Amino acid sequence: MSAHQDHNTMTINLVVWRQKNANDPGKFENYTVNGITEHHSFLEMLDVLNEDLIKAGKDPVAFDHDCREGICGMCSQVVNGMPHGGQERTTVCQLHMRTFHDGDTIYIEPWRAKAFPIVKDLAVDREALDKIIQAGGYTSCHTGGVADGNAILIAKPIADEAMDAAECIGCGACVAGCPNSAAMLFTGAKVSQLALLPQGKLEAKQRVKNMVNTMKECGFGNCTNHYECQVACPKGINVKFIARMNREYLKAQF
Amino acid sequence: MILDGKCPTGPIQQSWDKHCFDLKLVNPANKRKYNVIVVGTGLAGGAAAASLGELGYNVQAFCYQDSPRRAHSIAAQGGINAAKAYPNDGDSIYRLFYDTIKGGDFRAREADVWRLAQVSNNIIDQCVAQGVPFARDYAGYLDNRSFGGAQVSRTFYARGQTGQQLLLGAYSALSRQIKAGTVTMYNRREMLDLVVVDGVAKGITVRNLVTGEIESYAADAVCLATGGYVNVFYLSTNAMGCSVTANWKAAKKGAFFANPCYTQIHPTCIPQAGDYQSKLTLMSESLRNDGRCWAPKKKEDLGKHPNEIPEEDRDYYLERKYPSFGNLAPRDIASRAAKEQCDDGRGVGPGGRGVYLDFSTAIKRVGADTIKERYGNLFEMYEKITAEDGYKRPMRIYPAPHYAMGGLWVDYNLQSNIPGLFVLGEANFSVHGANRLGASALMQGLADGYFVIPYTIGGYLVGVKPSGTSTEHAEFKKSVEDVNAEQNKLLSINGKKTVSEFMRELGGLMWENCGMARSKESLETNLKKIPALREEFWQNVKVTGTGAEFNQQLENAGRTADFLEFGELLCRDALHREESCGGHFRVEHQYDDGEAKRNDADFCYVGAWEFKGNDKEPELHKEPLKFENVHLAVRSYK
Repeated sequence: MSAHQDHNTMTINLVVWRQKNANDPGKFENYTVNGITEHHSFLEMLDVLNEDLIKAGKDPVAFDHDCREGICGMCSQVVNGMPHGGQERTTVCQLHMRTFHDGDTIYIEPWRAKAFPIVKDLAVDREALDKIIQAGGYTSCHTGGVADGNAILIAKPIADEAMDAAECIGCGACVAGCPNSAAMLFTGAKVSQLALLPQGKLEAKQRVKNMVNTMKECGFGNCTNHYECQVACPKGINVKFIARMNREYLKAQF
Repeated sequence: MILDGKCPTGPIQQSWDKHCFDLKLVNPANKRKYNVIVVGTGLAGGAAAASLGELGYNVQAFCYQDSPRRAHSIAAQGGINAAKAYPNDGDSIYRLFYDTIKGGDFRAREADVWRLAQVSNNIIDQCVAQGVPFARDYAGYLDNRSFGGAQVSRTFYARGQTGQQLLLGAYSALSRQIKAGTVTMYNRREMLDLVVVDGVAKGITVRNLVTGEIESYAADAVCLATGGYVNVFYLSTNAMGCSVTANWKAAKKGAFFANPCYTQIHPTCIPQAGDYQSKLTLMSESLRNDGRCWAPKKKEDLGKHPNEIPEEDRDYYLERKYPSFGNLAPRDIASRAAKEQCDDGRGVGPGGRGVYLDFSTAIKRVGADTIKERYGNLFEMYEKITAEDGYKRPMRIYPAPHYAMGGLWVDYNLQSNIPGLFVLGEANFSVHGANRLGASALMQGLADGYFVIPYTIGGYLVGVKPSGTSTEHAEFKKSVEDVNAEQNKLLSINGKKTVSEFMRELGGLMWENCGMARSKESLETNLKKIPALREEFWQNVKVTGTGAEFNQQLENAGRTADFLEFGELLCRDALHREESCGGHFRVEHQYDDGEAKRNDADFCYVGAWEFKGNDKEPELHKEPLKFENVHLAVRSYK
């Protein structure tokens, strides 16, 4: 593949959180990277830093990433105080360096929440989110023996709203952005998706109880209406799904 | 050796039902005595682990990501095929079967493809029951759209995130089984060896990516659902962690690798912007429902804004060359056609490596809002990466490596030539022949996981003594020693080049000499250069840190080492296959108009390679392909 580079390059100063493992206290380190173009993605800029570090015999910065197209939910960095960098509906892997300027200083930190212990540097353990889904984020249908797909009619606005909720990528930015480290946007999105659809209604009561209880057990906080989660969410999941979860939870008590 | 796919005989319409009846069953009370390992939690692995758990087997599931929900199936955008024929447009199981055989350029097994088409309808029902929010029409019924290589609308979709929604469906079913205790989930584990005891697969050796510990797991059967290998090109649409490692380790333990040269180059990806680039991003094939591909007719128009180039000076090359399929020609054909335009010096954008995908006609016809509703997230993604607005000016696209049709050889039961080793989804070679049609990967992954392996694995396990092997066996100990030795070697070289530098170099060789067009000369070049690069790697790679910690460089080093071996096999397979078919295009074998020229007399077989050691040539085994239901013919989309 032929490549093309006639862009002006940038020099970027980085202040990066380094932490060997969950028990290490951790600290910020300063770095400088050169030769960054407007077309570099944020993670490609970190690739450049890591190549420099390896060549110098130093430990590269560990960070989670996989698809690099904004859908797997693996990347997880707080950039200048904002989960995923604060650009609307954008994961940090989709953030591009054209939004920064030559000479900028960028602070990079991991998700910080009691329920997300640090694995190393910017990588955290998000198994708590899996636990919430395991508590009830499904319909209890077995493989096989289900009805024809068109036997269940779903009004388009309902299907669309369920899809709005289902777009959650499980990255945990909502938790990282919340002053209470609440996972209510994450949990609310799944509760709402399944409560909206006829397939999920049958188990709605037990589901919301189990998922909310698990959320608490995992050490996540509660919602106090800051709406930081919605701002941080790279998929634009709306806080109305938290309200829907609260209604579902209340309904489930009777 | 002539391989036998063990396909059922008799009328194909009854073949799967008859086979299911013929398979012996494991009594429900006995199922819990059997341990099954599933590696990979994408559509195939996630669906398999969940379904086997539901049946009562003891399942251990593994993934390298921090959660099973992140497997790369999640990135599939456009949709999933099924033969429901809801739109009343002439679709049927037979037509889906026929389209898939033809789309694959007559290099897939008929019986496997028939089964896929047959169970496709169950998949849609299953996903709806799980709460997958497929697109609906205003009457509340499921909506469909069209994909390449088909003249019917059989593709079900959930906006531009169908793979995500289907994977989250499988993940939810898997989560339910984890909670129920039938599945034990191991996140952040990478399989680094297959353990074979007396010729039978009995377990795996993995690295715990957090602690670095090398761990052993034993089972009565091992299922690999570990995806494809097109990251061998370095730049591809695959996730960064996708690799050939699990499959290659199994191949080194004796599993045959089938048709590695069948790689899919997807026509509509965002062109590369620079040398630093780490991956390429796909723009869904569904965009070709409404987008028209064109390049300027005149070279002097290349510098112009595309909207200023008048209609008569645009070459809508797909509509011109393939009038009956138009912009929905299959992927291999659309990719080569784009390359032709660029090779002719009429490519647009940086380096002349791009063509336009233009929505202006569709926007005039149905309005920008409708286009936004259909593909909004794709336009957003395009704008994030290129800073260009696809509604206002045509997108620039170029082909990129996307999918592997080749994979480990399996029989009709999805069992490899190693008893007890099953291979599912993209990791096997079975149904796509030499070219996969759009929206068929999701179909295959879920078919294998939900509806094939739960039946066929029982037929194997019924003849096996349950929990017969423990990790105390000498083969497990030896495997751990071997893995540790390789890890230590990688860490001790302390050379001058980074892992990425080697991987870029290998990818460059693969793309230049074994990409969209291959020749005897280019492939022979690679067969010299790749072993040399591999030797240099083992002398001069630099991996920092230790093995006893979270060490992403070490992970990448191991994957690169395997690609350096596998890349050679891929080129060898491409060199041996003296014909052009599907994604495999040999410049020596083409018609006067540039279309691929198949050679059915000599190459109508599956080529399965047996590893004989790095310094020895692999041995080729053949499985002849018989076409009894679809007539072998020159593929035409004109």
